[in-house]
Amino acid sequence: MASLSWRRALRPTPTLEQRLVGLSLALAGLLMLAALVLPLASVLIRAFQDGEGRFVGLAHVAAYLATPNLAAAAWNSFWTAAVTMLCVVPAAFAYAYALTRCCVPLKPLFRAVMLLPVLAPSLLPALALIYLFGNQGMLRWLLMGESVYGPIGIVLAQVFYCFPHAALILSVALSGADARLYEAAAVLKAGRGRIFATVTLPGAMGGIVSASVVVFTLVVTDFGIPKVIGGQFPVLATEIYKQVIGQQNFHMGAVVGLVLLLPAVAAFLIDLWAQRRQASVVSGRAVPLQPQPRPARDGPLFAFCLLVAGLLMGLVGVAVWGSFIRFWPWNLELTLANYDFARFDSAGWGSLWTSVRMAFFTALFGTVLVFLLAYLIERGGVGGPLPRLLGLAATLPLAVPGLVLGLAYILFFNDPANPLGFLYGSLALMVLNCIIHFYTVCHLTAVTAIRQLDPEFESVGASLRVPIWITFGRVTLPICLPATVDIFVYFFVNAMTTVSAVVFLYGPDTKPASVAVIHMDEAGQVSAAAAMAVAILAINILLKLLHLAAAGRIEQTTQAWRRR
Amino acid sequence: MRRLLLAAFAALALSAGAAEAQNRTRLTVYTALENEQLAPFKAAAERAVPGIEIAWVRDSTGVITARLIAERANPRADVIWGLSVFSLLQLEALDMLEPYTPPGASALRPNFRSPREPMTWTGMDAFVSAICFNRVVAQSRGLPRPTTWADLLNPAFRGQVAMPNPASSGTGFLTVAGWIATMGEAGAWDFMTRLHENIQVYTHSGSAPCNNAARGEYAVGLSFDMRSVALRNQGAPIDVIVPTDGVGFDLEATAILRGTRHLEAARRLVDWTVSREANELYGRYYALVAHPDVAPSVQNYPPEFAQRLVNQDFAAMAARREEILREWTRRFDGKSAPRN
Repeated sequence: MASLSWRRALRPTPTLEQRLVGLSLALAGLLMLAALVLPLASVLIRAFQDGEGRFVGLAHVAAYLATPNLAAAAWNSFWTAAVTMLCVVPAAFAYAYALTRCCVPLKPLFRAVMLLPVLAPSLLPALALIYLFGNQGMLRWLLMGESVYGPIGIVLAQVFYCFPHAALILSVALSGADARLYEAAAVLKAGRGRIFATVTLPGAMGGIVSASVVVFTLVVTDFGIPKVIGGQFPVLATEIYKQVIGQQNFHMGAVVGLVLLLPAVAAFLIDLWAQRRQASVVSGRAVPLQPQPRPARDGPLFAFCLLVAGLLMGLVGVAVWGSFIRFWPWNLELTLANYDFARFDSAGWGSLWTSVRMAFFTALFGTVLVFLLAYLIERGGVGGPLPRLLGLAATLPLAVPGLVLGLAYILFFNDPANPLGFLYGSLALMVLNCIIHFYTVCHLTAVTAIRQLDPEFESVGASLRVPIWITFGRVTLPICLPATVDIFVYFFVNAMTTVSAVVFLYGPDTKPASVAVIHMDEAGQVSAAAAMAVAILAINILLKLLHLAAAGRIEQTTQAWRRR
Repeated sequence: MRRLLLAAFAALALSAGAAEAQNRTRLTVYTALENEQLAPFKAAAERAVPGIEIAWVRDSTGVITARLIAERANPRADVIWGLSVFSLLQLEALDMLEPYTPPGASALRPNFRSPREPMTWTGMDAFVSAICFNRVVAQSRGLPRPTTWADLLNPAFRGQVAMPNPASSGTGFLTVAGWIATMGEAGAWDFMTRLHENIQVYTHSGSAPCNNAARGEYAVGLSFDMRSVALRNQGAPIDVIVPTDGVGFDLEATAILRGTRHLEAARRLVDWTVSREANELYGRYYALVAHPDVAPSVQNYPPEFAQRLVNQDFAAMAARREEILREWTRRFDGKSAPRN
């Protein structure tokens, strides 16, 4: 705080640089307004309107509160989210810790496998869980008579699905560390447990909080998993599905959407609190921590990573096998016929190409936007409410169910009075929708990476009269390049697998493969649906392999300073 | 001068392109038809109606209906072809359908067309509530083969039945509406209360009960008759039973969307959809079509199928939908943990 005011005192009149930063922030604000705030407002306002657009006050809210079993649904949402969070965050922390702070073999492999759940459309784990634990399942006895259709299935599927989100944030949080702190602690004869508790954990606290918040919010707002595997176990998120898809009641859907925004607001407040406590890990004088081999620690962690990776691969493996069989469980003969997509869907393989184009543009524009905006918010040196408001806007999308976002885009962009209406029905709008839909985790990743850098870099740059964009290009971006590439990959793979929002936005010629998967599954062509999902997975794995190959080069050219 | 010539050429090229586009009007058609029906329906319509091109947007009934209503301010579809009549009645109530009586529509069965003058929708075919029955699972658990709805109340079926949640799925609502039409208001609620004892799960998706019955997850899944064809072709050991004690049914229907920019072409398409030729096409997939003179060619249906259909008042049911769902939710939704 002191250094901030000191910096401001040094530069009393706004320079060209500050004006540019301010202008960029204002532009970003406009974009957030048009792509997120106004569309959301156009759907959420319906919570207070009747069919003719008249204001009805809290009538819908009152009707919603009178829904039978609402308390049970809210409690179910809360406890499944809490249990998932308590399973995922420690496991993801141990996994990320092994990858960043220890000397375990096969690190690149573990890094790739970690992302497997986000690489695969959600149909694959759902199918795998049915094949394994369903009433005809191969491992049904493991559940000891309990049914997988209910809280057990929800938590299992959510743990699988949320793991990569948490692991991604935590491995970024743990990747920056100042070796001097560890040396000082060792010199002071602190035990390993004490070092862990006083150096490692505080350094990663921001990441842990972010990961917890992300996992909790994901579980509360996701309706895909409860819909498929939750049976009739009532949760809040399926209410949206009931209202919007089951009964086309957008007013009640808007009310539930509003309720589901509460976790996001809470998340923002928690994140704000954590931010105040988080100190920069990598100061200008930092010496990067180089993990040293220690078998007593590395051995068990390696075993743990093997176990987690094995479980993740096993679940996906079952589903991949499911794409090659005729019909579970009556005809397990292997076949390639399921990959002849033209037999099941007139677009055939074409929908995969649509998906690839959509995912590529989402990743390209999304990464640029996320990283620039995160940097300007964190280090732009602009005071006032705008950066904070943009930070709030960036955390909002996580709490917006895709269904609500898709509906919001129809209502806003299809309005005859909207000058942006020409975008409607185009791939560009689907790209914009995907960028916003997956914004939050990318933003948190970027922020975590940027916060680890000492603001002194900017201060020194400023006192040397180096413009901020030069500091950004020469220092921040290279140091954060691995995180940037992670964000690109995250955008791409999520855009490949997403359904809930784009299902409202695709046109006759722009049906994505992920939607085709759902259609085939609904039509009873389960194996073909699995095959299309596996094709999506294969493209995502291919990108991930490219990423790994590139990461080696990036590491050599931009991260050499981390080595000693 | 050169510039003028260029401009003239450009204008010529543009008008030529426009003429070509006018030759074939691209109609955006929203539908919930099954995937495998899209290609034959498109081919047949484009052959029979010169100068149109069909661009499908296909999704499940709930998604397509939600999309249509959300797009109400600025409709994007020209024609709806193959959507539940209940959805069309919702759109009619929002004044979203273009009134138009296609020539020949009066030849359709009276309960298969809009009672308004001019009509707002025309029916194509009926699909009925049915029981998807897994023979293999039934045999291993010693379950009798049901032939009526009442048979499902047998305590042997405890925890063996899945049905769509009517609050989440149009299929589910149709099933409930059919029971109310067959058994009367009080009888239907009494039936559902007793059936509730045998239900394993109320699913959110309309297709899940039959799909999962085919996989052996449940012995019995309540769904629509047409769901099962693809499943049986893949070797699923299921039978589709149309109960003999009366079944509710839904119509697939056609309508023109108010505000279409291609009204003339849309009318020509709809004219064809009520034709005898089009009804023969529907008859390849459905056992009862709108045109009374067309004998459906689809296999595996009992000959007296049409007699089992209850007399269904679609408009009355659509009007009471909210009330029925509230009562259903109060009684059954999320009331019990899933059983095994």
